[in-house]
Amino acid sequence: MTESPLLRVEDLHVSYDTPTGLVEAVRGVSFELGREKLGIVGESGSGKSQTGRAILGLTATGGQRRARRLEFRETDLLNADERTLRHIRGGGISMIMQDPKYSLNPVMSIGAQIEEAFLVHRDTTRQEARERTLAMLRAVKIREAERVYRAYPHEVSGGMGQRIMIAMMMIPEPDIIIADEPTSALDVTVQLQVLAVLDDMISQRGMGLIFISHDLNLVASFCDRILVMYGGQVVEQCRAADLEQARHPYTRGLLNCLPSLDRDQDELPVLQRDPAWLKSNGSTA
Amino acid sequence: MIEISGLDIVFGHGKKQFHAVRGLGLRIERGQSYGLVGESGSGKTTVLRALAGLLDGVARVDGKMSVAGETLQGQSRSREFRRRVQMVFQDPFGSLHPRHTVDTILSEPARVHRLDRVEARVVQALEEVGLDASFRFRYPHQISGGQRQRVSVARALITEPEIVLLDEPTSALDVSVQAEVLNLLMRLKRDHGLTYVLVSHNLAVVAHMCEALSVMQNGSVVETLDVHQLRGHSPAMPYTRQLLTASLGYDRAAIDAFEEFG
Repeated sequence: MTESPLLRVEDLHVSYDTPTGLVEAVRGVSFELGREKLGIVGESGSGKSQTGRAILGLTATGGQRRARRLEFRETDLLNADERTLRHIRGGGISMIMQDPKYSLNPVMSIGAQIEEAFLVHRDTTRQEARERTLAMLRAVKIREAERVYRAYPHEVSGGMGQRIMIAMMMIPEPDIIIADEPTSALDVTVQLQVLAVLDDMISQRGMGLIFISHDLNLVASFCDRILVMYGGQVVEQCRAADLEQARHPYTRGLLNCLPSLDRDQDELPVLQRDPAWLKSNGSTA
Repeated sequence: MIEISGLDIVFGHGKKQFHAVRGLGLRIERGQSYGLVGESGSGKTTVLRALAGLLDGVARVDGKMSVAGETLQGQSRSREFRRRVQMVFQDPFGSLHPRHTVDTILSEPARVHRLDRVEARVVQALEEVGLDASFRFRYPHQISGGQRQRVSVARALITEPEIVLLDEPTSALDVSVQAEVLNLLMRLKRDHGLTYVLVSHNLAVVAHMCEALSVMQNGSVVETLDVHQLRGHSPAMPYTRQLLTASLGYDRAAIDAFEEFG
């Protein structure tokens, strides 16, 4: 990549002080993101969601984030003031959450919510916001955009709800989208159709995507590059196409323990965890 | 072992009525693992609940069901049926009583069915699912999701059932834990000669566990096939083929060819 990266993360740590001691959720994660689709995979508790949230400064209260470097283009996210961060959240980097049922405002019409995302980040008129919103609804392949514009979140299906979330996150034209399990609650065919919408918009607009998921096969087929997380650290990174040749025993274990449509096996290989995988100070190249 | 014909299930009345299952028929042999596959809203879980007799007063159920030669009357079930047919639910967080210890959770079905040696049965059931006796006096919140699902399986086994109904037993678990639970279910089936009915949206899990399966859509069976047809990627129906394509991962070109099946 000759172009300078959109996002630089170096030695990111997130920890929580709990009554039973310090919990280190993210332990020294480093990566760069260009105009590409980067997948972060791992099981629950691996720190993948915490990594995504920490980038936007959304670490929950009681949690501590520190890093050697955390930069979005030329902006230092570690020392940026709230005003700058507010501008970046949504406008520069936006986030798609897992469940549209909880992420959309139930008492606001869908059109008004999407418009709001646009109006906050642009100096524009209501009329233009409305037109852009309708165009965006059509861009995420929603038929009858006018009807959906006036509808409320409980009146649409899960797949449509997630398309609406994508429309809302895309309308301020951010450079980076962080999608945390954006389609895990959907049926497979709907999941793929929603991902196709996301994929097309990202490649047309030359954006960067961080795709956080537990689904190794999906990430391997959808993303360009993969980080595998375990115990708050990146244990392996590779090009998505090369995942089958992954070397780390954790990645291998994850791949092998999946039941397969093609292989007939009496017993699934079980993942044996090795304490040595949790290095004292994690870092990646 | 299980025969269902002309099963119709309707929730609600009048304008709000919802026809969840339409004229469904199934035949499951003794010792078989049988998969019911479909997307959300296809009616697969409803079929399982109707079989278990859990829809009394919830929905109108018509049709014929018989289990091991016993013809089932409506949604009422004999005590013996309830001992012979057990169920494992999807959510290991919601299906165990939060204020009961593992010991209480496991002894209750044994007491309900007036079995002897309750304590010995509890210890043995725990051992069978790979949990040592130290788990007996813990509460569900003190153990992991995978361990909870093992407790759910132990609870199902304690009455020495012949049929176990599995409703998405691993979809809430991490893949490494899923492998452990699937291995456990396979071993228990061999050891006890169980018959499984497995409801799942995951075709790979069904291919791994089952010898035969029915694909459901909008309350009806679209296609019934054996595992070789599934593994050979040779289902006859377009709906099943699309489901199979989708389960293989993201393929931009294939997605444009997806059809709406209504």
